[in-house]
Amino acid sequence: MQCPKCHAPMHTYNRNGVQIEQCSGCRGIFLDYGELEALTRLESQWSQPVPPPAPQAYPAPPAPAWGAPHGGHHGGGHGHYGHHRHKSFGHMLFSS
Amino acid sequence: MTADAPLPELAAQATRAAHEIAGHCPCTAAVLADRPDATVVRHAGVVAKAHAPGTDPAALALRLATAAALPGVFLPPLTRTLLPLGALIPGPRGTPARNTAPDPTHRDSRHPRQVTLWPHGAPVDPEAPDSAPWEAAAVLLARLHRSPVPSPAPPPMRGPAKAARALARLRATAPGHPAARPVERAWSTLPAWACDEAPMPGEGALCHGDLHLGQLVRHPAPDGPWLLIDVDDLGTGVPAWDLARPAAWYACGLLPPDEWTRFLTAYRAAAGPAVPADGDPWPALDVPARALTVQTAALAIVRATRDGRPLDEIEQAVVDACDRMSGLPPELDGGPAK
Repeated sequence: MQCPKCHAPMHTYNRNGVQIEQCSGCRGIFLDYGELEALTRLESQWSQPVPPPAPQAYPAPPAPAWGAPHGGHHGGGHGHYGHHRHKSFGHMLFSS
Repeated sequence: MTADAPLPELAAQATRAAHEIAGHCPCTAAVLADRPDATVVRHAGVVAKAHAPGTDPAALALRLATAAALPGVFLPPLTRTLLPLGALIPGPRGTPARNTAPDPTHRDSRHPRQVTLWPHGAPVDPEAPDSAPWEAAAVLLARLHRSPVPSPAPPPMRGPAKAARALARLRATAPGHPAARPVERAWSTLPAWACDEAPMPGEGALCHGDLHLGQLVRHPAPDGPWLLIDVDDLGTGVPAWDLARPAAWYACGLLPPDEWTRFLTAYRAAAGPAVPADGDPWPALDVPARALTVQTAALAIVRATRDGRPLDEIEQAVVDACDRMSGLPPELDGGPAK
């Protein structure tokens, strides 16, 4: 198959029994239905004492340099507040 | 002061309009908003909005006409003319309104409050913001931004004016607040147009001017198509301003990346002109998103000061973003910084 992003050919690899496709051009990874869950499960078995990070199939979209440190590319930081929608943010969403 | 307390009169006006339009009426009424800048009441299927005192009637009339000409984008108004507070709606075509004289107890001729009448629409549930219609909002904005500017054109959209007003409120109410300094520094990185000190650059697209989740309703309620409401800030300008609140929330770490991606992707799929069709959207978004981050932070400090409480973690995240901004010049797309 071809990479949906850069159209280079994708190659199939087997990681811990899970088939994943990786692009030979941009190195992006394509996961079929259920594969991310399978990998996450394997990872959590591997590193039991440490809670696994939130699974993120694709890198975070671009953000400005002044943006909050998101998980993934900006590394570390406090992440974002969106997972537990804060009451104050709920108010912000609806006000001028 | 009647100009500042329009509620009873506006409620009576909405009631009379609802009865005139419907003939029969279940007579259910509610106050939807009662703020210094707008009072909104609902009576059955009619919503009456008293616009801010001092609103320029000519400018508001142009904004109302612009919205009325975009029925797939804006909620269509029930009447295309402004009404003084307390007046009845005009009669059928060619006949005079049945009561054009406002209530004699409210002859405040200095600043007659302007009233517009709207059909009721179902808003986004504030208790369930996770159901936010990001895609619908994006498609409506793309349609609005691609619509030809009518002639006569409405005035400039009021986004930068609202940002400047937020800074003025901060300076008036909480100039010594520790968080005011990073907010002021971030404000100083912005080009003059974003601070309402110079005309906006570019040809100017039709813009909503104050997009947030409270500006969307389904009409007919409860499951008609989503439409934009609130014409007070509608006008010509930089269309990226309308994307900049979600962009700012995302940049501040408040809006999850997937919700921002849904919004941006839908806007691009609908051929919205505010950002390039692909690639990094931030050169176009940076200045408006900075401005709305500063505006949000300024108003948060004003509210926290008024309530006598510290900033909460969400408000602090917005102030922190201002702090990070001050060392970074804006991305190229919005002209030189002032």
